[in-house]
Amino acid sequence: MARFTPENLQRARDTIALYPQKRSALLPLLHLAQEQDGWLQEDAMAQVAELLDLAPAEVYGTASFYTMFKFQPTGRHLVSVCTNIACMLRGGYELLHHAEETLGVRAGGTTADGAFSLEEAECLADCDRGPCLQVNYRYFGNVTNDGFDTLVADLRSGKLAAEVPPHGTLSRVRRSVPRQVPDEGTPGEPVVPDAPQSGPQRVHR
Amino acid sequence: MTDTASTSHAIDRAPGCVTVTVDGRTVDVPEGELMIQAAERAGVYIPRFCYHPRLAPVGMCRMCLVQVQGPPGRLILEPSCFKKVADGMVIMTQNTSPAAKKAQEGVLEFLLLNHPLDCPVCDRGGECPLQDQTMAHGPGETRMVEEKRHWEKPIPLSDLVLLDRERCIQCARCTRFAEEIAGDPLIDFVERGGHTEVNTFPGEPFASYFSGNTVQICPVGALTATPYRFKARPWDLEQVESTCTSCAVGCRIAVQSSTNRLTRYLGLDSDPVNQGWLCDKGRFDFESVNHEARLASPLVRKGDQLVEVGWAEALDAAARGLGDAASIHGAAAVAVIGGARLANEGAYAWAKLAKSVLGTDSVDAQLGDGLPAELVLGLPRATIDDACAASAVVLLGPDLKEELPVLYLRLRSAAVHGDTRLVELTPAPTGLTRYAAATLGHRPGEAAAAARALTGGPADDTGGVAADAVERARGVVGSGDGVVVVIGRSSLAESADGVAEAAAVLAAAWPGAKFLPALRRANVHGALDMGLAPGVLPGRVTLDDGRDWYTAAWGKVPAARGHDTAGILTEAAEGRIQGLVLLGADPLADFPDRELARRGLAGAGFVVTVDTLPTESARTADVVLPAAMFAETAGTTTNLEGRVSRLGQKITPPGVAWPDWMIASELAARLGADLGFSTLTEVWDEIERLAPSHAGITPTVLGAARLRDGVLAPLPDELPVLAEHLGDVTQGFDIPQDTEPAAVLPDSAEESQQVAGAEAEAEAEAAPVGPARPATLTYTAPPAAAKLPPRDAYALRLVVSRTMYDHGTLVQHSPSLAGLAPGLLLRANPYDLDRVGAGKGGQVQVRTTRASLVVETAPDPGMPRGSAWLAFNAGTPGAADLIDATATVIDVRVESTS
Amino acid sequence: MAMTEPRLITTRVGDPEGHTLERYLATGGYTALRTALGMSPDEIHAQVKASGILGRGGAEFPAHIKWRTTMDLPQPHYLVVNADEGEPSTFKDHMLIERDPHQLIEGMAIAAFAVQAHVAFVYLRGEFALGFERLQTALNEAYEHGAVGRNILGSDFSLDIVLHPGAGAYICGEETALLESLEGKRGFPRIKIVPTVVPATIGVYSKPTVLNNVETLSNLPWIIANGGDAFAGLGENISTGTRLFSLSGHVEKPGNYEVEMVKTTYRDLIDGYGGGVLGGRQLKFIIPGGVSSAWFGPQHLDVPLGRQEVGAADGVMPGGGGTMLGSGSVIVADDTTCPVRIAWRIAKFFAHESCGQCTPCREGTGWLEKAVWRIENGDGRPADLDLLLDVSDNIAPGLSWPYPMTTICFLGPSSAVAVVSALSMFRDDFEAHIELGRCPHD
Ligand SMILES: Cc1cc2nc3c(=O)[nH]c(=O)nc-3n(C[C@H](O)[C@H](O)[C@H](O)COP(=O)(O)O)c2cc1C
Ligand code: SF4
Ligand code: FES
Repeated sequence: MARFTPENLQRARDTIALYPQKRSALLPLLHLAQEQDGWLQEDAMAQVAELLDLAPAEVYGTASFYTMFKFQPTGRHLVSVCTNIACMLRGGYELLHHAEETLGVRAGGTTADGAFSLEEAECLADCDRGPCLQVNYRYFGNVTNDGFDTLVADLRSGKLAAEVPPHGTLSRVRRSVPRQVPDEGTPGEPVVPDAPQSGPQRVHR
Repeated sequence: MTDTASTSHAIDRAPGCVTVTVDGRTVDVPEGELMIQAAERAGVYIPRFCYHPRLAPVGMCRMCLVQVQGPPGRLILEPSCFKKVADGMVIMTQNTSPAAKKAQEGVLEFLLLNHPLDCPVCDRGGECPLQDQTMAHGPGETRMVEEKRHWEKPIPLSDLVLLDRERCIQCARCTRFAEEIAGDPLIDFVERGGHTEVNTFPGEPFASYFSGNTVQICPVGALTATPYRFKARPWDLEQVESTCTSCAVGCRIAVQSSTNRLTRYLGLDSDPVNQGWLCDKGRFDFESVNHEARLASPLVRKGDQLVEVGWAEALDAAARGLGDAASIHGAAAVAVIGGARLANEGAYAWAKLAKSVLGTDSVDAQLGDGLPAELVLGLPRATIDDACAASAVVLLGPDLKEELPVLYLRLRSAAVHGDTRLVELTPAPTGLTRYAAATLGHRPGEAAAAARALTGGPADDTGGVAADAVERARGVVGSGDGVVVVIGRSSLAESADGVAEAAAVLAAAWPGAKFLPALRRANVHGALDMGLAPGVLPGRVTLDDGRDWYTAAWGKVPAARGHDTAGILTEAAEGRIQGLVLLGADPLADFPDRELARRGLAGAGFVVTVDTLPTESARTADVVLPAAMFAETAGTTTNLEGRVSRLGQKITPPGVAWPDWMIASELAARLGADLGFSTLTEVWDEIERLAPSHAGITPTVLGAARLRDGVLAPLPDELPVLAEHLGDVTQGFDIPQDTEPAAVLPDSAEESQQVAGAEAEAEAEAAPVGPARPATLTYTAPPAAAKLPPRDAYALRLVVSRTMYDHGTLVQHSPSLAGLAPGLLLRANPYDLDRVGAGKGGQVQVRTTRASLVVETAPDPGMPRGSAWLAFNAGTPGAADLIDATATVIDVRVESTS
Repeated sequence: MAMTEPRLITTRVGDPEGHTLERYLATGGYTALRTALGMSPDEIHAQVKASGILGRGGAEFPAHIKWRTTMDLPQPHYLVVNADEGEPSTFKDHMLIERDPHQLIEGMAIAAFAVQAHVAFVYLRGEFALGFERLQTALNEAYEHGAVGRNILGSDFSLDIVLHPGAGAYICGEETALLESLEGKRGFPRIKIVPTVVPATIGVYSKPTVLNNVETLSNLPWIIANGGDAFAGLGENISTGTRLFSLSGHVEKPGNYEVEMVKTTYRDLIDGYGGGVLGGRQLKFIIPGGVSSAWFGPQHLDVPLGRQEVGAADGVMPGGGGTMLGSGSVIVADDTTCPVRIAWRIAKFFAHESCGQCTPCREGTGWLEKAVWRIENGDGRPADLDLLLDVSDNIAPGLSWPYPMTTICFLGPSSAVAVVSALSMFRDDFEAHIELGRCPHD
């Protein structure tokens, strides 16, 4: 079930090593899977489960709690328009409706060409530049209708490729050093699973 | 209570107690108790949904909010389900606090907002806390005019469990159970907030051996079990308390029925045993009791046909066949295989019939999958609680998850949530391997070498165990003080001698250790206690020690030790068994050497089967006697701790099937003997009177409400004192249907009269002089096991053990479970499988000189190299065809099929 | 970003290169850490205690008390930074992270040394992609510089800092939900089996954990450099120092303002720094401390920005009490604003963000959202207004500030507060919706 690319698998292992307990690496690993595939595919979740000694249901259950994880193919550009109070007071909903018209999809949808997904977002913490939006979590503030159209055009043409990496990429900056200080003791590991682990223990069919 | 009494309360209260006030009533409660429990002590029931005393609290439903008095002007509402009491606390529940009442009613209204209110079509209707609360305090009508949340109606979580998400109230009981108790986190909350649902990972069902518990603890009808769905309405159900006999853990259950058919089992919370939980096999194999194929009438072979006859004719035929065998060929030509299915009373009656009336000691309740009775009965016995409180438990036996599932749950909890550390001696990974502090993965048949290494013996031969594992394990067991050893058969493809020797090593090295036998079969421990094994007599005495006592009581006992099942089948194959009784035994499917079983049954002169369902072996019998099954007869059963607990009767057997003890009694009568009892109580009375290990366990003791969990045999010292104060005996020992044998008894009364021995027996008991009560047997180490043959480099040494679902009679006659039996799979290290091109799975051929099978492979890096594992009873042909019962170990060649 | 005096933590935010190590060092960066490493943990604690700094994440709990609790417990200890900034209209932490990440790192190092934690985590809101890149870059630089890692700045104290991204869940700003999330679980706030079970005693991996907000920790370099007393010399009563306020909505100059506590009022903030209500219109109401706070009206403009001061104000909750400064966000709504619509949007936010554990929150937030939406869209019934109050009362019994609650965490009652505030202040508006059968502001 080699789902991660070899480089990403190594990154996953490095990430796991940052934490005193494996499971802590769950969200970072899911982000990594989403960076690789653009959304969270089932076999990726299964692989994350395997890497972290979790049941896939625990990975899925946890992942689905978080808005940023997507369980369906998501556009290369995820446009999140804030409609929370501060932006709403400055035209957030009007901007969202304009976006729906321009992109031809309702909030929650993805354009047929897979270029854009549009969603209504909760406060993005850029309220002094409302109405604001994010594209793949990169900010664009004081967005007018015209400004939105230009933005879409620039995204389509690749003009903004440097500012806006494809959906799923959270940070293009990687941690440069591993952990320097070893963990003190083994905080709270529930069991001592140093015995040989056998494969099909969890499922009994 | 007077004023003085209440004011002196705080001073007089027991140590470790605090005083709290609940709705104006002052109570002393143990420090650290939860408010919800403290309120119960004060007689106040606080409604709750998510709280479950056996699960970690989550405080999610908020139904249990109570007001706690704080500084004036501050309203403090606290969930009583996880907040602990403090001394002087003043708690006001819904009964006295308008704020608590309003909060609770608010919660109830919130819960109902999106609930479908489909009680009339809900399995839980009539026993639903949500429904009850709503009827009692609920809003008459919903104030929410908006549309409810909609979900697709029940979705299957597994083959056994369905989920209706509209009914779910997100209490997390099921998910907590799956994770905390079962260790199978295959269901979890998905999404969040108002969209929160319970679900599985797509395509990975909730295939937990313990899934049925979630159905039982779901406080609403969100989770339903396919075997019970729509079968009955709770108010139609009658129930009786009983003890599950699907394996030897002895979980306490409530047996429910409707119109004389079993409909459901529920786990009862027996603190020392199952703590409320059941495995799915135990919970759902009631279907086999209801099965239409149940043997309902005696059968007698006429030509090559088994023909239905009346009891009189069948008993005559059986008595003639067995009697002739004994009188013509001698008592040694008669043998009895089986008996673990029987209740204690049946086992005793059959032991008496076999050993006294027929005079044979070739009687064995175990089918080549057990351990010598002397070892099981002689080693100092641990309880499950002992094991769970021990600092270290050594597992020298089968995969408990597969064979004794609720013992697995208890030990897993002790390891995960408690301070118990597990050390495994095993030839193949088990369900507990992932929780073990150290696993000594030894070569098949070499448990003794591993045991020697563990106890500090020479390190040159560790049975194939890696040195670092030995090191780690030694660190865990220390000097062996207070260690509990779980002992049973980890593989049916090796002789029992290896385990017996390993036990001897541990017993010798650790004099303070206690042993918990892990024999799986139903009431096998009761059967051994009752003497259904060669070399022993009822009450845990050896044939020799008990000879005088039982000769006085019974008239006669066998002169010499008889054979075990393998010996009996060998004798039979060679024509030396002329009368064979299969007492709920199916050697053809269930004995680990199919060829020997076949030859044995073919060679046995005359075969009587006493059984509940048609088995392969029964089809070869000359006489088939139908027996009452679980829930069709009262009595007692004994679990692996030696705990005797009661079986309840709920329904009547099909057709004219009889309880086993009655069959024995009537057969004895045809053989000219009177077993001396005509009611179940009389059987028990005799056991209590004669069996040394069971002295004092009177029906009064067994019926006492305080001893519902059963009593350990022998009675702990303090119990006889207690017995005087039992007073409150809730249920008589006998269930009326069972004590009225007249209706089904044949008219053999006169014959019974003629039997000698009964008076003699009564006199022996009454007389002040006579043989002394024999001592219960003590353990003596067996001789060292035979040396193992060398394994050649091309062979893999075989490990065979059971899986929970198999081709056994009960599973296969329980339609909901039958399909869950896995196919025949060979587990081996990918390294070994690679050599035959199956390192990633695929089919291989497995071959011994006896047989050859084509099987699927499951590469498992946890398997020690050089060994291969196969499930027992996973179909025909199967592992039993490969095994030679006389060999110490079995080596197989694994070859590519192409 | 208009800034005010005195500036403690925003000295570099106007500098386009303020986030670089080079500029940080050039402007005195990491000298406070060096000073701190020369002090004993107790001496640092004494300074923090003297400063009186209250947590800036919302609960305004004195930092030194948490620290002391952890310091007195056995090792290992952890430090966790709450950088999940999710309270609507709060945008100060991500500014501090993007514009001055080294200040946070230095504050963390000081705190970690004081509480002797060798691993520190920054739980960063997942949507802060730029913040992640800036902070990760700064961390890499700090490791390189020796300000983080083995034997920091030549001392014998070692510290690892791990940057941990969240993934879009407001509730993970709640400290115990954050810890669960950091442990790789669903962000379910933890129940307090006994009152002493707080992160400072049982935190991440069940170990004593000091958990502070970004802004709280960003103050530490200044406190160490200038002394706790100097900090306490700013502000009044228990509210010492300065605080960042995120001003948004209908104001001329929305933005973050660092102001001295208590010495500044809402009027100063809105009319002074904020340049007044947008377009010179009339103020209708303010949401004075994040959407979880009870609303204020024009009559509250002169309330000073201090914890006790806003708490003791004569507020709008029917059960009495004022409000809270919360996350330091101030939203201004002018007289064209429909309060029903605002209440709906806040209810919708909480329904979306409820973790789903507690029945009153899981079900109640959704109900409030639907019911207020119905009123906003003209389908309200007169009985709905009392229904809203009663439903709210079942989530936050008594409808007072501080809120009693039927839930595990404050999210539940927060959802009721907006609805109750709107209803208490603008009942006529609600009634007009019902009578007209539409929103009168449309
Ligand atoms: C629902 C909820 C959301 C919260 N969100 C945040 C947040 O985004 N950032 C934050 O620093 N504190 C938040 N808090 C407060 C934290 O629980 C905690 O009090 C704070 O982070 C402690 O740091 P401090 O003492 O430095 O303020 C939130 C609290 C609640 C109840
Ligand atoms: S109040 Fe809401 S968000 Fe907080 S724990 Fe309860 S359900 Fe979760
Ligand atoms: S029973 Fe207490 S919160 Fe559910």
